[in-house]
Amino acid sequence: MSVATTRPHAVGSGAAQAAAPYLSVEGVGKSFGRFAALSDVSLHVAAGEFVCFLGPSGCGKTTLLRAIAGLDPPSAGRIVQAGRDITGLPPAARDFGIVFQSYALFPNLSVGDNVGYGLRGRAWPRQRRTGRVKELLDLVGLADQIEKFPAQLSGGQQQRVALARALAPEPGLLLLDEPLSALDAIVRHSLRAELRGLQRRLGITSIMVTHDQEEAMAIADRIVVMRDGRVEQSGTAEDLYDRPATAFVAGFIGRSTAFDAVAEGDAIRTADGHLLPCPAAFGFPRGETLRVFLRPEHLAFGPDISGQPGAFAARVAAVEFHGGLCRVSLEDRRLRLEAEAPPDRLRALGIVPGAEVPVLLPPARLRLFRA
Amino acid sequence: MPGTATAALRTSPDMLLARAALWAAAALFLVALVLPMAVLLLRAVEDQSGAFVGLANFAAYVATPSLAASVWNSAWTSALSTAIVVPLAFAYAYALTRSCVPLKGLFRAAMLIPILAPTLLPALAMVTLFGNQGLFRPWLPEGFSVYGPWGIVAAQVFANFPHAAIILSVALATADARLYEAATVLRAGRLRIFLTVTLPGATYGLVSAAVVAFTLAITDFGIPKVVGGNFNVLATDVYKQVVGQQNFNMGAVVGLVLLAPAVVGFLLERWAQRQRAATLSGRAVAYVPAPRLARDAPLLLLALLVAGVLVGIVAVAAWSSLITFWPWNLSLTLANYDFGRFDADGWGSVATSVQMAAFAALIGTPLIFIVAYLLERGPSQGPLGAALRLAVTMPLAIPGLVLGLAYILFFNHPANPAGVLYGTLAILVLNSIIHFYTVAHLTATTAIRQLDPEFESVGASLKVPLWTTFARVTAPISLPAIIDVAVYVFVNAMTTVSAVIFLYGPGTKTASVAVVHMDEAGQQSAAAAMACVILLITATAKLLQLAAAGWVERATQRWRSR
Repeated sequence: MSVATTRPHAVGSGAAQAAAPYLSVEGVGKSFGRFAALSDVSLHVAAGEFVCFLGPSGCGKTTLLRAIAGLDPPSAGRIVQAGRDITGLPPAARDFGIVFQSYALFPNLSVGDNVGYGLRGRAWPRQRRTGRVKELLDLVGLADQIEKFPAQLSGGQQQRVALARALAPEPGLLLLDEPLSALDAIVRHSLRAELRGLQRRLGITSIMVTHDQEEAMAIADRIVVMRDGRVEQSGTAEDLYDRPATAFVAGFIGRSTAFDAVAEGDAIRTADGHLLPCPAAFGFPRGETLRVFLRPEHLAFGPDISGQPGAFAARVAAVEFHGGLCRVSLEDRRLRLEAEAPPDRLRALGIVPGAEVPVLLPPARLRLFRA
Repeated sequence: MPGTATAALRTSPDMLLARAALWAAAALFLVALVLPMAVLLLRAVEDQSGAFVGLANFAAYVATPSLAASVWNSAWTSALSTAIVVPLAFAYAYALTRSCVPLKGLFRAAMLIPILAPTLLPALAMVTLFGNQGLFRPWLPEGFSVYGPWGIVAAQVFANFPHAAIILSVALATADARLYEAATVLRAGRLRIFLTVTLPGATYGLVSAAVVAFTLAITDFGIPKVVGGNFNVLATDVYKQVVGQQNFNMGAVVGLVLLAPAVVGFLLERWAQRQRAATLSGRAVAYVPAPRLARDAPLLLLALLVAGVLVGIVAVAAWSSLITFWPWNLSLTLANYDFGRFDADGWGSVATSVQMAAFAALIGTPLIFIVAYLLERGPSQGPLGAALRLAVTMPLAIPGLVLGLAYILFFNHPANPAGVLYGTLAILVLNSIIHFYTVAHLTATTAIRQLDPEFESVGASLKVPLWTTFARVTAPISLPAIIDVAVYVFVNAMTTVSAVIFLYGPGTKTASVAVVHMDEAGQQSAAAAMACVILLITATAKLLQLAAAGWVERATQRWRSR
């Protein structure tokens, strides 16, 4: 059986639903004693797709990855890869390569021996093996380091060797467990792009675990947001950012202003008595307490706002300079709001700490969730 | 295979093999440790004819004044030697780790000498120096005798010094420089820093050192055998009951009495270890002492004195082994090394010892390392793993005499098919492996824990069997620790008396037992000569290890260099 030869080319997330999934996780659960690390997790990964498991620490993302690898088999559910039920198979009987956060390079073997570690047996006679090792080291740009030992390489180079080692036996699935977390910021950024490019070129189905949402957004076709052992939402970065399915996702992905309010027909009322127009509130019974989210870039402010329905005055509490954009903290009694604008605009409007400025929460931009 | 949706095999062949190996190890511990100890317990509550008598033997033990007195004798001499050893070892370890005395390497080497010698050696040296015809006899007060508590305590201070000093050097070496800087910035004086930073940091090390020194002292057999005279202690009581009176039931009772302090000490030591591990912070910055004459000069003096005594005692033993006829003819000769003149086995006992120690090292080392590896990195084990983990720590709590006694009772039982082992080299080898198992296991475990926990996962994902990863990665990286384990087992098997004194048979008498016999026969010079031969062999093994270190470094540790 060789998945490598039949692997289709990279497809976008749109095609994910159309074709039969390459990997299916169905109702998977995992408990350690009385603690449920995973409960009823189901998801599908299309061939060639790059999926990220994203979530805070302890959300179960690494447990799920290890269940897929067979390193910690699940206690409930089914995992199917390429039409084969692999739930109970030991790791060695599965078809995947894995890269760990710690690299786990064998320190006493040279770079070449590390990459060739999995190339054994009749399928890999010496010549083919050396060829494959060379090919992979070329791929990750380390062909000249073949004789060196891992300790003689930088962190980024070590991670590339780990990647080459995982890819060498042509696995059908690449698993990445926080592969970039141990690297410093600059190397992380460049390696991230490299990893994405390599994955596209090889078209290998990949799953990466990360706690860094920026990394997930930059690299993944699809992000699976997890929390407390469950899948909160799965979708493209845009889906998650613009159409969060739960309050957790709205708060976890990107920056937001968040506050509580009560549904009142086609409007919501804040704790301080502001009545803000919001057609989405129709979906909730009158008097229901809601959690309201608004992205900083969507908060409208400035003199042209005053007079519009729902507009009110807020005081500028602080302005943080972040280069091309400034972050403005505004407050009106107990309501704290966040806005973003280029420095020029702030100067033109005379926005400095202590100033009063009219603000408006655009009704269409408010995301409402049951509190 | 595509399309089939069955979870066929749950376990890969290498995991099955690993599990089988663990079961085999469990079976070994059952036969070589658990069953013998169970038989020992059983014999303590039986009479000579094998009938169950409950605690009658214990009642008889308490009612025999000479036996009960041994408990007190053992307790106070061990406590006294501990009280001398621990402060001395602390000062010596302090000199090695917290001062700028020169020649630290030499001092470290001198500190380890007693470990390489059987405990019989310092005892024989005590007799040479302070015995009835001793070198210093004319200057000693009338009525003083080295045979008894004073000789025992003095020899035990020598024998147990390295164990305490090693523990304390480790405890003192792991200091956080930040704490000292903070204390200095807060204007604490030297004494206050010592009392509030140094001592608290070494508390658990001191507890460990005291417990280990006490346990070693109370369970040692060689020293009271040679310089005990009529002063009875627990260890010699076991020997007398078993070998002298052939009273195995009472021997078992005394053995259990001896086991009690060893088990309590073992539990205390483990508690102290855990506490100490909890105080170490990963962010500590190593403390580097700055030269200070007022501290370094007295410490250098002390270190020179202690090292001088350690080397001196060995020198005395070596010298006495070369004396023609003590104390009348002090001319030097090698005649005492012609062991055939003093003991029927002659040099044969040396050959037996070397064979036993070599087999114990050659068989024990792979066994110990593989079991440690499988317990750390093997398949999930459940109750089997838990039982094995307990079993491998037990030997540390069992004195050699007690284990040896348990072995005769078990293997010599007429109904035991394994009885054919009795009196053979094989039983000596088995006993040595089990007796010294725990420390070797801990060394192996420490080495394995330093390896990345994902090595096996990576191997499995690349479809490489566990044993290949073990052979290509784990074992080569851990080679220095593996050699450490082998030398440890070899040296201890060479020097032990207590574990083998009950187990040797015709033709399998060890060199250490020959020392006891020659001493019993009044051949002190020959006994000293044999003790020196043992020391020479163990020292050679240790030196070979050091010499091999360079070769091992080049062969397997090249990757460490950047």
